[in-house]
Amino acid sequence: MAAPSAKIVPGAAGDATVELTGDWVAAESPALEALVASFRPSARALRLNGQGIESLDTLGAYLLTKLRRQLEAENRVVTITGLSTAAETLVAEVSETPPHVEPRPEGVSAFSLLADIGEAVVNAGRDFLDGVAFLGAVMLAMGRLVTGRSRLRLPAVVNQLERVGLRGVPIVTLISFLVGAIIAQQSIFQLRTFGTVHFVADLLGILVLRELAVLLTAIMIAGRSGSSFTAELGSMKMREEVDALQTMGLDPLEVLVVPRILALIIALPLLTFLASMAGIAGGAVVAFIYGGVSADVFFSRLQGAIGMNTFLVGMIKAPFMALVIGLIACIEGFAVRGSAESLGVHTTASVVKSIFVVIVVDGLFAMFFAAINY
Amino acid sequence: MSRKDDRNFHPTVPPGAPIIRVRDLAVGFGSRLINNGLNLDVKRGEILGVVGASGTGKSVLLRTIVGLIEKKRGTIELFGVDSDSLNITQRRQIERRWGILYQQGALFSSLTVKQNIQFPMREYLDFSEELLDEMAMVKLKLVGLKPEAAERLPSELSGGMIKRAALARALALDPEILFLDEPTSGLDPIGAQEFDDLIATLQKTLGLTVFMVTHDLDSLAGICDRIAALGEGKVLHEGTLDDMKRQQHPWLQAYFNGTRARASHVHGAPGEQGV
Repeated sequence: MAAPSAKIVPGAAGDATVELTGDWVAAESPALEALVASFRPSARALRLNGQGIESLDTLGAYLLTKLRRQLEAENRVVTITGLSTAAETLVAEVSETPPHVEPRPEGVSAFSLLADIGEAVVNAGRDFLDGVAFLGAVMLAMGRLVTGRSRLRLPAVVNQLERVGLRGVPIVTLISFLVGAIIAQQSIFQLRTFGTVHFVADLLGILVLRELAVLLTAIMIAGRSGSSFTAELGSMKMREEVDALQTMGLDPLEVLVVPRILALIIALPLLTFLASMAGIAGGAVVAFIYGGVSADVFFSRLQGAIGMNTFLVGMIKAPFMALVIGLIACIEGFAVRGSAESLGVHTTASVVKSIFVVIVVDGLFAMFFAAINY
Repeated sequence: MSRKDDRNFHPTVPPGAPIIRVRDLAVGFGSRLINNGLNLDVKRGEILGVVGASGTGKSVLLRTIVGLIEKKRGTIELFGVDSDSLNITQRRQIERRWGILYQQGALFSSLTVKQNIQFPMREYLDFSEELLDEMAMVKLKLVGLKPEAAERLPSELSGGMIKRAALARALALDPEILFLDEPTSGLDPIGAQEFDDLIATLQKTLGLTVFMVTHDLDSLAGICDRIAALGEGKVLHEGTLDDMKRQQHPWLQAYFNGTRARASHVHGAPGEQGV
């Protein structure tokens, strides 16, 4: 490739010919840009001779016209000669000045940061209202189901149950088992100081049944199933599948949302039960091996420490957790707009919001159960 | 060859010689072969229309040539060089020299139209920011889009605008070969006609070789220099439109002499024929 150049050959009557040579192509862009920017002839009339140009692409043609415009702006008379017919068409095609278009506003300033905070607060309020409205719509849809005015889509529910429930069993039980074991180990370590290692059964039983099992399960399901709901509904929305459903006279809530939320409401308590058992099993194993507590002592302490209410406190919370996870996942799914980025944003939002709300709901329940002394 | 040579790797063929040469190509998924023993030449500087019934492997052929699908057998020569003999750097050099217009546009949905056009430029070329902006606008104008479209996101564009914006991106690096996958599908007849004209104009102005997969009989009649009809895993016949109409193969007969063909410009302007 030959570097582009422009050589000025002065003429007789104060005019000049500029011999353009080399490759006027995109690959030579730095040299070409510099050449055009620094081209300062003295002659008033210029003839740009393109005969020596070896190759010309849109960039070269554009810069050639830019050069001409630049010279004409300085009140010089400019003609371009010596181009092949094809090159001339190309030059004519790109000769117009590209108009300036205001770019989309972006970037961060102190002001925009404040504006963002305000917007986030307003959006949080709006999210809450949207959530309530969506909850109402889902409740209506479920009401239609209960009163027999719409059909229960059993295959869809069963399909979702398999994906949310059955396929979630291994990971939920494994994590609960491990967390149960870790809690037992830490408790035994502390209780040894007082010589009351056998209290580990009380501690473990109450903690796992009341709080840990349901929280762990809900958080895992929010990450596992909430995200997949959002991504599924979001991509259906992007491909206009949701619109297709609607125009077939079907309610997307009824077809897409209700089966998912129902499946979650059924699956989450079941998984919570499994998580409770796994958590206690994990703790028990550690108590036997690491704490030296005999099975006899462990289980009799456990029996004394927990009652039906301990178990129920955990289980009652599960369907509510399921409901908020399902609602948030579906709202975020339907909020997806055209772009791939939007899908990512809403999937993240779905998981983050569900986990946050799950913990808030757990806190509310803790206050409620404390108040009624259950 | 040293790495530097690889970066300057630039095989060329003279005008009229095959810029793409496909021989005995077999492509398939699992045990099912879509293309089997396919031979095809694309000559430098021509507009080749590839037609065929749905499922005859038109898009598969396109995707195999550009390297998105592995072939099972056969050779593909690009710019006179066997594609199997290329190393990665050489392959990249070749890939820079073609632009592809995907059926749905495949614009990056999180970038504006301007950013989409600038994306390959930023990757491969050393433009200043100012020049990047100006060149994006030049390409937009080339494909007949209004300057305001530059700052829109793909989701804010109509179908026709998406095709044009995607074409502008395909042209970003001044390619020598332009692959078009059903460029006029989803456009109204006027829009399709305009798009055909645009491709013909660009082909002349930029000296492109165009490989066009299409169903549009008007495009075939209007702008294609040559047509290759795919079927039974091979090229059934290649030649000009008039050649095609004379072929006895039942599918070609049905395609080029059917009611739709009669209604379109394949048989001259509508009305000219009488009924």
